Amino acid sequence: MDRRNFLRAVALTGAALTTIKEAEAMSILTQSFETTHAASKYDLIAVMGGEPEVMFRKAIAEMGGMKAFISKGDKVCVKPNIGWDQPVEMAANTNPKLVAEIIKQCFDAGAAEVTVFDHTCDDWRKTYSTSGIEQAAKKAGAKVVPAHQESYYKSVSIPKGKSLKSAKIHQAIVDSDKWINVPVLKNHGGAQLSISMKNYMGIVWDRKFFHANDLQQCIADVCTYAKRPVLNVVDAYRLMKTSGPRGKSPADVVLSKGLFVSQDIIAADTAAANFFNQAREMPLEKVTHISKGQELGVGTMNLKSLNIKRVRI
Amino acid sequence: MLKKTRVILSLLLFSLITLYFLDFREFLPKSFSFLAKIQFIPALLAVNILILVSLLVLTLLFGRVYCSSICPMGVYQDVVAWLSKKFIRKKRYTYSKAKNILRWSVLAATIVAFVFGFTFLVGLLDPYGAYGRMITHLLRPAYLAGNNLLEAIFTSFNNYAFYKVSIYSLSLFSSAIALITLGVIGYLAWRNGRTYCNTICPVGTTLGLLSKYSLFKVRFADDKCNMCGLCAMKCKASCIDSKNKKIDHSRCVTCFNCIESCNRNAMKFSFIGLKKKKSVSPIPAYTFLKEDQPANESKRRFLSASLVVGLAAGKLIAQGTSNGLLPKKELKRQIPIAPPGAVSFDHLREKCISCHLCVSKCPSHVIKPAFLEYGLEGIMQPKLYFDRGFCNYDCTVCGDVCPTGALLPLTKEEKNHTQMGQVQFIIENCIVYYDETSCGACSEHCPTQAVHMVPYKGVLTIPETDTSICVGCGGCEYVCPAIPFKAIYVEGLATQNKAEIKKEEVKKTVIDDFGF
Repeated sequence: MDRRNFLRAVALTGAALTTIKEAEAMSILTQSFETTHAASKYDLIAVMGGEPEVMFRKAIAEMGGMKAFISKGDKVCVKPNIGWDQPVEMAANTNPKLVAEIIKQCFDAGAAEVTVFDHTCDDWRKTYSTSGIEQAAKKAGAKVVPAHQESYYKSVSIPKGKSLKSAKIHQAIVDSDKWINVPVLKNHGGAQLSISMKNYMGIVWDRKFFHANDLQQCIADVCTYAKRPVLNVVDAYRLMKTSGPRGKSPADVVLSKGLFVSQDIIAADTAAANFFNQAREMPLEKVTHISKGQELGVGTMNLKSLNIKRVRI
Repeated sequence: MLKKTRVILSLLLFSLITLYFLDFREFLPKSFSFLAKIQFIPALLAVNILILVSLLVLTLLFGRVYCSSICPMGVYQDVVAWLSKKFIRKKRYTYSKAKNILRWSVLAATIVAFVFGFTFLVGLLDPYGAYGRMITHLLRPAYLAGNNLLEAIFTSFNNYAFYKVSIYSLSLFSSAIALITLGVIGYLAWRNGRTYCNTICPVGTTLGLLSKYSLFKVRFADDKCNMCGLCAMKCKASCIDSKNKKIDHSRCVTCFNCIESCNRNAMKFSFIGLKKKKSVSPIPAYTFLKEDQPANESKRRFLSASLVVGLAAGKLIAQGTSNGLLPKKELKRQIPIAPPGAVSFDHLREKCISCHLCVSKCPSHVIKPAFLEYGLEGIMQPKLYFDRGFCNYDCTVCGDVCPTGALLPLTKEEKNHTQMGQVQFIIENCIVYYDETSCGACSEHCPTQAVHMVPYKGVLTIPETDTSICVGCGGCEYVCPAIPFKAIYVEGLATQNKAEIKKEEVKKTVIDDFGF
């Protein structure tokens, strides 16, 4: 190595170190922010037997109300799953009634702005409209923004990731004060289950990288992104038990009337996976991104250690 | 008054069809596809008797109104000619003799080529198809760029009324053809008005044959005319011989510029008496008319027709061999994939005039013009490719808009069962196989689960395919993340099949516990 190259290497290492440090500092900031707001005595709320919006109202009340998570003037991003050109009966996308209710509650809590988007798999204009989410969200006062072009995404570093070290994340999340993760519970051919963690794939631009570089690990990695959702709300009003994540016929769908809410994404997904297991056998060991997430310290799979509130309507 | 009506009608139809091609956000209602369907060649190929008879009756009544107002290429030429007047101050048209040999030869050549299955020539010369290509390949990119500019401005003010779109080249060959068409026809129009319509355009020649006998015609009122020649100077079809007070009605496109220009009110658009009507030969409807003509032509004309066909074919073969300029890609697909409703390659070749309306309208960006994949006859015709997306399972737009019936309109149900190609899986390229990590992107996108995941090592699952239920949408191929070569792709079919998708029974599952 000649002198010039050596100096260059030193400079680069220095630059790399400073960026990592900065990112970590940021993550500490946001996390402390969240914990100060968590006023609930429960870690996880599970609701059964009601309409999507009714179940959410119960759940958020038990969590201490939306004001515990959303402050006055916040720019909020609500991120449902709008991946597929499928109607609500197919459970391929989050239930629009649930999305609308969350948006309303955000505004009631004083949110200045609510944006909704997803990086879709089918043509985004079709999925936004066929899912019913665009219409419901707009009616509730949210901005429904596009996510089909790379320019809507910003590069962020994922310092804790094993396979995924950086990603391009949609500006609606990056520029938000708070974001709420609203997945639908369904089977997934590759990841086995698609719940809150898998829903992160709709906030990143380059999904192909995930599939090409150990999908399950990348899903766990992206969940370590510094800006965590203030809430994970799992829509299990209908669940897709087979042929997921797109689904091919109504035979794939079960009307299960469930809802799970938690700040701990691992706990939310563990609970939802157990719920799914009743419709079709799906041991947690198969859904390896959940345990990989636990290893990275994102949350806990040990539901027994948590304070859980079960509500039946 | 007549001219005003003509100008308003022309500009209205012209703007609407142009906007219809450009409108990627579906602001215009779906029913606007009629703008393409009322065009002559599309109606002929679609055997749309109602429209054909209407166009023929219209011509027999009022002359070449089609050329004047309905045909977008006609109006394009008028716009160019109008612009030329702004630059050439004393622009005058002069009478010229009809180029009969040329125009009849081109018509004959087109018909002969068509009869022998070489629809390319019809597609190349049909004014509607050529105009469609001009819009799709030349104006559309500019329109999209304009959209992106507005998007940048609006989005910076936090307004999402516009969204960004990708701009890319669809086909070098088709773009070149579109550019040449724009240039050549534009140049002719700049110089001499409607030269294309009266020397090359096969539709113009055919309708010219009829308009000789139309009931309403532009006529001289002998007593008032002082032979000043003003009408001839204004005639963009160069069909008024003012010295002899004769009008070549086969070339008159009833623009009424002559009537408007006459200071003495010596020209009229009026009913020609019944005595002329005797000479109206019973014009057989659609194809018969065309197929008969070569036989009516003299030997010389037939020979020159063959020569034109030969020349065109030779040129195209030459194009084919000079393919070395295009980037060489490792092509694994042996057979191209035709869009849904194309029935078969033969059907597509016979019916498609490459207007590229389907290319413009496809919301998933999966249709582009073929080069030589269908062979020489299918050059510029639409094929599917999955670089930018995949065919949406429930979408039927291409067949709905196709004006010639080359892509048949399908119901959602029919589309769901149309097999355009069949999935092929190459396990050696698959990430699950060589990396032993989860993927499943292909199965994720498969609407019929023709690609589904089956247990593999440990907790891993790997794709398995069932070609009988594959529709060939290309979702799997588009999304497969394996590099440099994809592990899954769609092989085309020369004749489309019915995918044998079985209906599944809904079994009721009841969940009455939380499960933890």
